[in-house]
Amino acid sequence: MAAVASTAAAGRKSFLRRNAVWWLALAFVILLPQVAHSGTAIAVLNQMCIMVIFSLSYNMLLGQGGMLSFGHAVYFGLGGYFAMHLIQIASAAGFFMPLPLTPLAGGLAGLLFGLIFGSFSTNRAGTVFAMISLGIGELIAASSLIFVKFSGGEEGITGDRTDLTPLFGVNFGRDYQVYYVIAAWMILSAWLMYRFSRTPLGRMANAVRDNPERAEFVGYSQKRVRLLSFMAAGFFAGIAGGLFALNYEIVTEETVNLTTSGVVLLQAYIGGVGFFAGPIVGAVVYTLLQTLLSNYTEIWAFYVGLIFVATVMYAPTGLTGIIMMHQPIYRAGKLRSLALPYLQVGAPALCCAIGVIGLLELLHFVSVRAVGQSTKHLFWMTINVGQPTPWIVFALLTVGGFLVARRQAPKLTAAWDAATAQLHARGER
Amino acid sequence: MLELTVFSLLNGLVYGLLLFMLSAGLTLIFSMMGVLNFAHASLYMLGAYFAYSISTKVGFWPGLVVAPVLVGLVGALIERYGLRNVHRYGHVAELIFTFGIAFLIDEFVQLVWGKQTMDYHGPGILNFPLFALWGIDFPAYKAFMLAISIGIFIALLVVLTRTRVGLIIQAAISHPNQVAMLGHNVPLVFTGVFGFGSALAGLAGVIAGPELGTFPGMAAVLGSIVFVVIVVGGLGSLWGAFLASLLIGMLQTFAVAVDYSLGDLFAKIGIPLSKTSALSDLYTATVAQIGPILPYLLLVLILIFRPTGLLGKREV
Amino acid sequence: MSAAIELVDLYKSFGSTEIIRGVNLAIERGERHAIIGPNGAGKSTLYNLITSKYVPTSGHIRLRGEDVTGHPPYEINRKGLARSFQVTNIFPRMTVFENVRCGVLWAMNYRYSFWHDVDRLDDVSQRSLKVLEDIGMAARADVPAGVLSYAEQRELEIGITIAGGADIILLDEPTAGMNRSETAQTVDLVRRITENKTLVMVEHDMSVVFGLADRITVLVYGEVIASGRPDEIRGNPAVREAYLGEEVD
Repeated sequence: MAAVASTAAAGRKSFLRRNAVWWLALAFVILLPQVAHSGTAIAVLNQMCIMVIFSLSYNMLLGQGGMLSFGHAVYFGLGGYFAMHLIQIASAAGFFMPLPLTPLAGGLAGLLFGLIFGSFSTNRAGTVFAMISLGIGELIAASSLIFVKFSGGEEGITGDRTDLTPLFGVNFGRDYQVYYVIAAWMILSAWLMYRFSRTPLGRMANAVRDNPERAEFVGYSQKRVRLLSFMAAGFFAGIAGGLFALNYEIVTEETVNLTTSGVVLLQAYIGGVGFFAGPIVGAVVYTLLQTLLSNYTEIWAFYVGLIFVATVMYAPTGLTGIIMMHQPIYRAGKLRSLALPYLQVGAPALCCAIGVIGLLELLHFVSVRAVGQSTKHLFWMTINVGQPTPWIVFALLTVGGFLVARRQAPKLTAAWDAATAQLHARGER
Repeated sequence: MLELTVFSLLNGLVYGLLLFMLSAGLTLIFSMMGVLNFAHASLYMLGAYFAYSISTKVGFWPGLVVAPVLVGLVGALIERYGLRNVHRYGHVAELIFTFGIAFLIDEFVQLVWGKQTMDYHGPGILNFPLFALWGIDFPAYKAFMLAISIGIFIALLVVLTRTRVGLIIQAAISHPNQVAMLGHNVPLVFTGVFGFGSALAGLAGVIAGPELGTFPGMAAVLGSIVFVVIVVGGLGSLWGAFLASLLIGMLQTFAVAVDYSLGDLFAKIGIPLSKTSALSDLYTATVAQIGPILPYLLLVLILIFRPTGLLGKREV
Repeated sequence: MSAAIELVDLYKSFGSTEIIRGVNLAIERGERHAIIGPNGAGKSTLYNLITSKYVPTSGHIRLRGEDVTGHPPYEINRKGLARSFQVTNIFPRMTVFENVRCGVLWAMNYRYSFWHDVDRLDDVSQRSLKVLEDIGMAARADVPAGVLSYAEQRELEIGITIAGGADIILLDEPTAGMNRSETAQTVDLVRRITENKTLVMVEHDMSVVFGLADRITVLVYGEVIASGRPDEIRGNPAVREAYLGEEVD
């Protein structure tokens, strides 16, 4: 059987071969700056890597543990605050604090507060847990504006990472130098979190998520399992927070508030909470949307919101889920049969999307424009918003595109059924 | 001292009853459908903005009537075309969905109205001091807010306990399946309740907008507090929501008036504490400054010691 | 030597409704014991009381002489009592093998370890596979539990129950909803896996009960009206009356 074979075979493979994917990822990440070497690119990569760790830690709660948290930024932000204080103290006192290790201060803070807050919030999962997490999140965010000595109040606290003792002559003043630190932590953290999911505790976290009653009747306290997952998630969120402090050299109330908690939920969910790689995909996509889209439109956040709601309603398995859905078809070699139907549905859907975007952009422009402005640049054209034509065109695109796409949808369904029918016949899922 | 107490009582009452208007709708929706509507405060915000736009065209009073209806419609649409589809994925998915809707509404408001605070003010005829005590005015508009809130409370009480619709709703809250088998269209009831709850939130926004400010962050400011209210009051209990709304309304209003800190207390009894130590924030913060976190402290305490809330019978 | 399970003056009410009214019962070690009774007698409630899903309103429950009244389910399980569920209660997203493995982990002392790689734990894998062979599901090891047939899920349910090596096994209507051949297979399985163990079974199917049980307890309206060997129960007039109209074969 596969189960026994995999266990025995796993013993024979060396550590190197077993973790081949991770070594490849590490190599990829190290070589990436050779390709993307502009200052902006590095800045985006830094943000992306930090968000990957943060989202993966969040998924330890939501995807692995079934706990929906609206306050995960607490551990991220507190980690950032503690790491920043460490930087300040080490710089002022002059003792040797290797910069790459400073995120550990964040991780330990996240772990400690995960224990403190988790001790009473992990009694139940579900809606109660969500509400408690919201309450704690708001409590900490509001407290950060009050306890100014610790958090710097509204202005936050800042530090200079170059004030730390240089490591092998490197003082990490440049963004790309910090990138290697962040990227290394990302690979390490992701690997650790993946390994965690393959431990007895990690497996039972899944079990408690799916059937807490049954898990108790095989000897596990569901509360204890959830608490330990919670602490681990807090640890890694704190690491991400520590890296945040290193990267931006400032930590504010925003790092710990509901908006940031919301962003990590968005990222993890859009990427797909049912897969380990889901939050990674989500973090990458979200960071790209945030950094690239914001150059073209002021209402990029609204588009992200639309994507999120659409994901919840129509694709709850997320982007990764959609990709994985195609995997059996790809393996059966039937992917090509879907190309035409996708085009037949995709083209009108794209028209609809263009129409919606156009209407929204025009609406936004008209609503908040300065007096006297009447033309807007959109889709590489200059549009006079005073005329009815552009409005009508976009409206037609929206409605027409939607109707045509809906009419073509059965073709895609049929093609999909045909492609998977053979798989069902062969007894695969 | 006395004037402080009296005015804090009055203002606390205004604020508390406003919280109740919001939490009543939320409680109704939760009791009936098991859904905690994260977007409730966003609908409140939408009400304020709709009323603002209407008020700039035709005045405050039409906005008072039309805006809640519009928000109710939006709510009904959200339930009918959104929530109903997500329902089969479970409560957690519903919560994530309403969170997404809240996010979307917040961004939409900024899309259409921008990020500035809107100049939404009450009607001119209410712009006078209703009475003055010890030289401090109590604005007529606040009395108007009180009147509307109390009116809604009484109306809710009457409708729920004395009308057929109310009895059906009460029944559907505890036994939805049986109610369906009696021939009532439960999905329609759900849409109706969600719409009605949304309209209540919208109405709260219409009257609160001029007083608390009409700006994109107004949903965030009140949203979490409303959740605290319904958890503290007891999930699913309208009387609990009423009690908790007043409690938290009074708590926050009175706190703001207290300018003393723990350090002041220690100084009074002869133990001056250093103002520069690292922990000094803990005791130099005045009660007024920690006012914003008091509801959340209360939430955490309740969840630890009495998870069913003050009057609730169910844990979620 | 103390009984495997002892129920002393057990009462359970839900609100004002008394479901269990003063049950006294001792189940000896190594015994196969069946609890039967008409619908609504409180069998499930009694079962859930023993397995600590409910806390008794009053009375005591002793496991091998040790008072475990009100202890949380996982503690009861760690003391060597395992239960199955009437409504199939497996981990649907895991494979059959992984399901059984969950049942094995605590018993093999891995507890809350987050440093062992579960895929490389040979002892865990071998024990899990042995359990799979015992229940006859070794061929389906890699199938996700959610797509199994009903009967297979019931077998997996039993598999998870015995995986931890508990010596007191509680089964809740193990043959519910099964046809004749499936029932016979399950009876065989139960007989095999409860060799030298204590079995407490709630059952409706009388052929199963009289085929397997060493002793039978009859529960009616929350009270024990008879308890003894199968032939004693067969001849008991109170039992006949309680089961009026039902075939006692």
